Amino acid sequence: MKSFWTRSVAALTLAGALAAAMPVQANEQFIPVLVYRSGPYAPNGIHWANGYVDYLNLINARDGGINGVKLTYEECETGYATDRGVECYERLKGKGPTGATVFNPASTGITYALTEKASVDKIPIITMGYGRSESADGRVFPWNFPLLGTYWTAADVLIQHVGKLSGGVEQLRGKKIALVYHDSPFGKEPIPLLQERAKRHGFNLVTIPVTHPGVEQKAAWLQVRQQRPDYVLLWGWGVMNSTAIKEAAAVNYPREKMFGVWWAGAEPDVLPAGASAKGYNAIALQHSADKGAIHQDILKHVYDKGKGAGKKEDVGNVLYNRGLINALLVVESIRTAQGKYGKKSLTGEQVRWGIENLNLDQARIKAAGFYGILQPVKVSCNDHEGVRHARIHQWDGAKWSFVSGWLEGDNSILRPMVEGAAAKYAKEKNLTPGCMKG
Amino acid sequence: MIYRESGQFKTSYVADQAVFPIAQDRWFIAAWLLVGFVLVPLIANEYMLRAILIPFAIMALAALGLNILVGYCGQLSLGTGGFMAVGAYAAYNLCIRIPELNPIIAFVIAGGFATLVGILFGIPSLRIKGYYLAVATLASQFFLEWLFNRVQWFTNYAPSGSVSAPPVTLFGLTFDTPVLKYLLCLAILVVFALVAKNLVRGRIGRAWMATRDMDVAAEIIGIRPMYAKLSAFAVSSFFVGVAGALWAFIHLGSWEPAAFDINRSFNILFMVIIGGLGSIVGGFLGAAFITTLPLILNQAPQWFGIALSTAMISHLEFMIFGALILFFLIVEPLGLARLWRIGKEKLRLWPFPH
Repeated sequence: MKSFWTRSVAALTLAGALAAAMPVQANEQFIPVLVYRSGPYAPNGIHWANGYVDYLNLINARDGGINGVKLTYEECETGYATDRGVECYERLKGKGPTGATVFNPASTGITYALTEKASVDKIPIITMGYGRSESADGRVFPWNFPLLGTYWTAADVLIQHVGKLSGGVEQLRGKKIALVYHDSPFGKEPIPLLQERAKRHGFNLVTIPVTHPGVEQKAAWLQVRQQRPDYVLLWGWGVMNSTAIKEAAAVNYPREKMFGVWWAGAEPDVLPAGASAKGYNAIALQHSADKGAIHQDILKHVYDKGKGAGKKEDVGNVLYNRGLINALLVVESIRTAQGKYGKKSLTGEQVRWGIENLNLDQARIKAAGFYGILQPVKVSCNDHEGVRHARIHQWDGAKWSFVSGWLEGDNSILRPMVEGAAAKYAKEKNLTPGCMKG
Repeated sequence: MIYRESGQFKTSYVADQAVFPIAQDRWFIAAWLLVGFVLVPLIANEYMLRAILIPFAIMALAALGLNILVGYCGQLSLGTGGFMAVGAYAAYNLCIRIPELNPIIAFVIAGGFATLVGILFGIPSLRIKGYYLAVATLASQFFLEWLFNRVQWFTNYAPSGSVSAPPVTLFGLTFDTPVLKYLLCLAILVVFALVAKNLVRGRIGRAWMATRDMDVAAEIIGIRPMYAKLSAFAVSSFFVGVAGALWAFIHLGSWEPAAFDINRSFNILFMVIIGGLGSIVGGFLGAAFITTLPLILNQAPQWFGIALSTAMISHLEFMIFGALILFFLIVEPLGLARLWRIGKEKLRLWPFPH
């Protein structure tokens, strides 16, 4: 026993000495990774997190970092809880030679909490497809980037799609659309847009909340059965989605008329529901379970070397791709910022410039290995979304396949709402809207 | 030897009735205050302040409040999260509807609203006891959560239901840096702790404790149970309401009703039970234990250079945390405060403790 202790103490001392002796690597870019690999949302969160870190590992293994600047990262478990998310933010924001590069909160609640803090600490927040919808206005929200569409964009595209199914949006008049939503900021986010669309097209909007975490939905679906809406939009997350699909089957509501948000459109949402999920639709903000050149690279450079974060067969599923694309946007933003500030460790403020000036055209997307998965993204101060295209995909019992072409969020409806909400926020907070320089 | 009061003579009633009659205790408290107000702001980094010390101070205040109700008056409550939400949303609404109102004053008025709600939901305690009362207060938790989720007036019609707090200022000073926020929370905590300490050793506190120990006997010796129970609900809810306002304004900055869900109630109840029922110092110890231990467990593997997956660390955190709660409850069912008291008694007999 004694020898064990002596040896471990010796080993620890040695390790400490080695760590102290190692030179400080200045050429590093630290990326904090907020994840939830435990708790009720873990089945979804794990894939997202795996995709995210796999891409960072790929950049290090294949390219030796971004222009020679190595990427370092650290995960922090939030469990989708706002207070733990804030704690993670505080824990990670100062790490690395220049502090945290950019935060991806992966939760609307955490996004709201960090919006207040990140502008003070000068760290940008990327909320890819979620977060505050009005933060698309970069003049009021210089540090928030809801890239690839917001919940309002998603809701807008969904209404356009169900409009098409009915033979034009004007045919929605008098129809009934129900929103079954997760009772949290995330679930409530699309309501203003849906109300606006309902006013324009004259359909009835029925909102049915489901309490977190959403395993008990009998009452909600009883309401659906009574109201018999023409379409059901599902703004669910985690275990709530598969439960909703099962309940829909139980009240015999056709799954073909159910449309999930992208958080409700991945494998963990439909697989537990088994055969009853067949025909269920969801919006895909850009991608589905596509595979491209990038996945070959990941298998070759990361998984074949035994460094993969997850299982090999999960590479390329919907939420894995989500994490992958999220990491791609971070990496490309850093690359863009390096073009201006030099190939060294950059601060959050410099990376913010990189995100705001991000311009991914088809050629760059192809070079990154995402051809066919991603549409061109061009961010500007006015438009922090970058792109508003989406498609609808359907679960056929075994895989997701697209049932629509590319649809685009209607900016003539979205923009005034975004600007109105952003102006209200600016007034509350006494901000002067304007583009940031540098 | 060190902790012995021999030679300290009390020559007046005032000295005899002092909050801390023993000189060593006074020095001890003074030292802690010095550490809290001077040393900590000088040495603590931003992470320590924002992620550990501020949540600790606010949770200690809430635990103090709940301890008055559960520990001193014996009325089990599971509605703490709901009362915190009342404080938070009352302060928010006061601030946005009356912009001239100073937020600090709004916190106090918000505490007043929480008091009213607390009394309202305390009325069932006059007829029911124990587990049944726990269920009744559980109902208040769910009702209040539902109220702030559904009635949009409370959230000023925010589309997502998430509201953000205006900045907190006092005499032209804006509490926006971590140190200032921490000092504000600590100052409020110290004031409330002093109030609590004085309440529980006075007439009201004795009435609460008599009701807790045996309500029929208390009634026979002339304590009005309605007055005792409702006053406990009132004082407790006031503390908890102010803590809720601080949690929302100072710690989170932006929040949704989920920040005050049933888990928050359980959390604070655990603080009171682990810390020690019916003890002021217990509230502090319990809050320290429950707020910091998960964070320590979560980061410990990294400090020791043990490579574990994030999921594994998170699961271990839950398991070890649960096991430690069980361990403490088995070893010392009266809580950490009891351990503290035993330590003090041993110190008195030192160097020959028996």
